[in-house]
Amino acid sequence: MPAHPKLATEFVKNKERAHWHDQSLWFVRSKRDAASQQIPEWELLREQASKIKSYTVSHLPDLLEDFEKNATAKGVHVHWARDAKEHNEIVHGILKQHEVTKVVKSKSMLTEECHLNPYLERHGIEVIDTDLGERIVQLQNKPPSHLVMPAIHIKKEEIGELFHEKLGTEKGATDPQYLTEAARQHLRQKFIGAEAGITGVNFAIAETGGFVVCTNEGNADLGTSLNKLHIACMGIEKLIPRANDLSVFLRLLARSATGQPITTYSSHFHGPAPRAEMHVVLLDNGRSEISGSDEFRRSLNCIRCAACMNTCPVYRRSGGYSYEATVPGPIGSTLSPSKDAKKYSSLPFACSLCGSCTDVCPVKIDLHHQLLTWRKEIRVRGLLPFSKRISMKMMGWMMQAPRLYRFVGKCARAIVPRLPRFLLYNRFNAWGKQRELPDFPKQSFREWMKKNHDNK
Amino acid sequence: MAPKVGLFIPCYIDQLYPQVGIATLKTLEHFGCDVEYPESQTCCGQPMANTGCTNDVGPLAKRFLDIFKSYDAVVCPSGSCVSMVKHHYDEYFTDNPEYEALKAKTFEFCEYLTNVLGIDKLAGRFPHKVGLHQSCHGLRELRLASASELRIEPFGPARALLESIDGVEVTTLKRPDECCGFGGTFAVAEEAVSCMMGEDRVSDHEQAGTEVLTALDMSCLMHMSGIIRRQQKPIRVMHISEIFAESL
Ligand code: SF4
Repeated sequence: MPAHPKLATEFVKNKERAHWHDQSLWFVRSKRDAASQQIPEWELLREQASKIKSYTVSHLPDLLEDFEKNATAKGVHVHWARDAKEHNEIVHGILKQHEVTKVVKSKSMLTEECHLNPYLERHGIEVIDTDLGERIVQLQNKPPSHLVMPAIHIKKEEIGELFHEKLGTEKGATDPQYLTEAARQHLRQKFIGAEAGITGVNFAIAETGGFVVCTNEGNADLGTSLNKLHIACMGIEKLIPRANDLSVFLRLLARSATGQPITTYSSHFHGPAPRAEMHVVLLDNGRSEISGSDEFRRSLNCIRCAACMNTCPVYRRSGGYSYEATVPGPIGSTLSPSKDAKKYSSLPFACSLCGSCTDVCPVKIDLHHQLLTWRKEIRVRGLLPFSKRISMKMMGWMMQAPRLYRFVGKCARAIVPRLPRFLLYNRFNAWGKQRELPDFPKQSFREWMKKNHDNK
Repeated sequence: MAPKVGLFIPCYIDQLYPQVGIATLKTLEHFGCDVEYPESQTCCGQPMANTGCTNDVGPLAKRFLDIFKSYDAVVCPSGSCVSMVKHHYDEYFTDNPEYEALKAKTFEFCEYLTNVLGIDKLAGRFPHKVGLHQSCHGLRELRLASASELRIEPFGPARALLESIDGVEVTTLKRPDECCGFGGTFAVAEEAVSCMMGEDRVSDHEQAGTEVLTALDMSCLMHMSGIIRRQQKPIRVMHISEIFAESL
C-alpha cells in the first residue's frame, strides 16, 4: 500500500501541475476569507456552530430517536444501517422493490464511503452522478479528489478530451461554457430516463424529522421531483437538534466551502410528495465508536465544507488522491485512521502541524491537535516504522544526558565541515536533496557562554 | 530588582546557531534582565512528541521543570519550543503547581519584550526591506499575532517592534502567514511537499522584495535558508533577535 509521502512525491514531480493545483485551491481559500470578512460575527457563529454540534454528538441516540419519530410521522421510511454493506443492501432492497434500473444521484460523499455505485452496478442498476464535477470523475472511473469540488484536480483540456471521447463533443474543445452545456444536455436525458433519485443529506433536523440538501446546480431538486422515489443517505452525525439551528450552519457552510453567501439551492425535504415515496437511510459505519472517544469525538462535528482542505498547504500540493481515502485532507487524515489505523498510518504525519485547518474550520474542530493525538495512537498501536521509533528513542537518551549531548554536538561540529560533499549529500540525507545543511559553527552557544559570559 | 531570566536555548540553536542565543542574551541584558543560562538544559522533546513518541518526552519534561522552575521568567527565541513547554507537557504532570507556574512564566522572546517588559520601540537603524515569516506555532498556538483565517482585530507586536526600528520596511506578502513546510520531522518524512512549500514561501518573499528574511523561529529559517542557499537567491536570513541586537 503506497503511503502518503510516496504518492505526494509523485504529485509534486509535476511542478507545473502541483502549482496549478495549489493556486486553484488558494483562490478558493481567498474567496472564503473575503466572504467571512463580510460577517462581523463570524467567530461567534463558529462558536455557536461548534456548541450545537458538540451537543448533538453527545446526545446522538436521543436525537436520532426524535428524528426517526418525527420523520416517520411525516410519512418518511427510516432505515438504520450499521455499516457500508448494510447501507448498500438497504438501498438496493428499496430499488428492487420498485423495480428500478436507472437512478440519478446528487453528490453524496456518504455513498462514496460505502462504494454504492459499483455495488448497484453489479446488481444491474445504472447510477448516474448528476453533480457536474462528480459526473466528470465518474466518467473517468475515478473517485472524487475533494469534498465539494470533486474534479478540482482536472484541467479543462482534460475535460474536453474526456467529453469528446464519452459524450461526443468536438475534439480539442476547452470552452467551459460549451462543455458545461454538453454535460447538461447529456444529464437531462439521464434525469428524464431515471426512475429514482438518491441524494445525500447536509442537515437533518431532529425536531421536525425533515432534512436539507445543499447544491449549486439544483440537481438534487431535479432528481427527486422528477421521480416518485427519493432515497436520502446520511451519516448519523448529520443531525442538528432544531430547525432554528439551521441558519447558523447555512451561513457558515457555503462561505467556508466556496466563499458564496449561501449555496444556490438549499432544498428542504419534509415528507414525500403525494403518491411519492421518501426513504432515509441512517448510517453508522464507525461513527458511534468515534462519538465514544474523548479525543476524537469532535471530528464528528464536521459539516464537510472542505475549508480545511483548501487551506491545507500539504493537501494543496499533494492532491486529494495522495490520501487514498474517501475524505482527504486534514479531516480525512483525522477520520480515516479510526476506520483502519494500519492502512492510514501515514496520514496523521502528512501534516506540518501549522494549525491553519483548525482556525479555518467553521465548527472549530481542533484538527491539528487530533492529528498529533493520532500520531501518539499510532505509536502506541505499534504502527510507527522502526526507524522512526529507534531514532527518537536514541535522541531521547542523548537529551537526558547533557554531557553526551554536548559531546555528540562537539564531534559533529568538528567532523561535518570537513566531510566531502558526496558524504553529506546523498540519497540517505532527505534534508539535503533540495536544501543545504546549515554551516556548522566552531563553538556552540554553551561554549561561547562559558568563555565570554559566565566568567565575566 | 532586575527579573531573573532563565534563558532557554533550544538544542539546535545551541549547536548550530549560537549567534541567535548571543543576540537574545544581549537584547535581554540591554533591557535590564539578569540572565542566566542553565548549563544542564538540552532539548524540550518536541521532535519526539511530534513523532508520536510521547513516552520519550516524559523524562525531558521533568528535567525541564527542575532546571527552570526557580526563575522569574523563562525566555526562549523559538515560539515552537515555547509552545511545546506550555501546551504539550500537561500529560506528564498531574496537579503540579510548579508546572502550572512554569507554564505561566515561559515566554517566547518577542512576547517577553513586548508583553512583560513593555517595550514597544527599538532604537538604532537597520535600513533594509525585511520579510517577516510568521511561524505557525507562534502564530496559531501561542497567538503571538493574528492569523489570517480568523476574523479578529489584527495584531502583531513582533512586527510592530521590527517596524519601530529606523529604516526597516516590512514587506507585504501574497500569502501573509502560510506555513514554510518545515514542521520538524515533517521536513524529512515528507521531503517533496516540505521543499515545495519552502520554495513557495521563499518566492513569495522574493517577489515582495525581501532583502532580509526573519522569523521568531530559527527552525523555519533553517529550512528556508537551506533552500535559499541551494538556489543561490540573494536573500539574507537572520533571526529576529539578531536584527534587534544589531539595532540596540
Ligand atoms: S473539518 Fe471543519 S473545515 Fe474540514 S470539512 Fe469539516 S467542517 Fe469543514
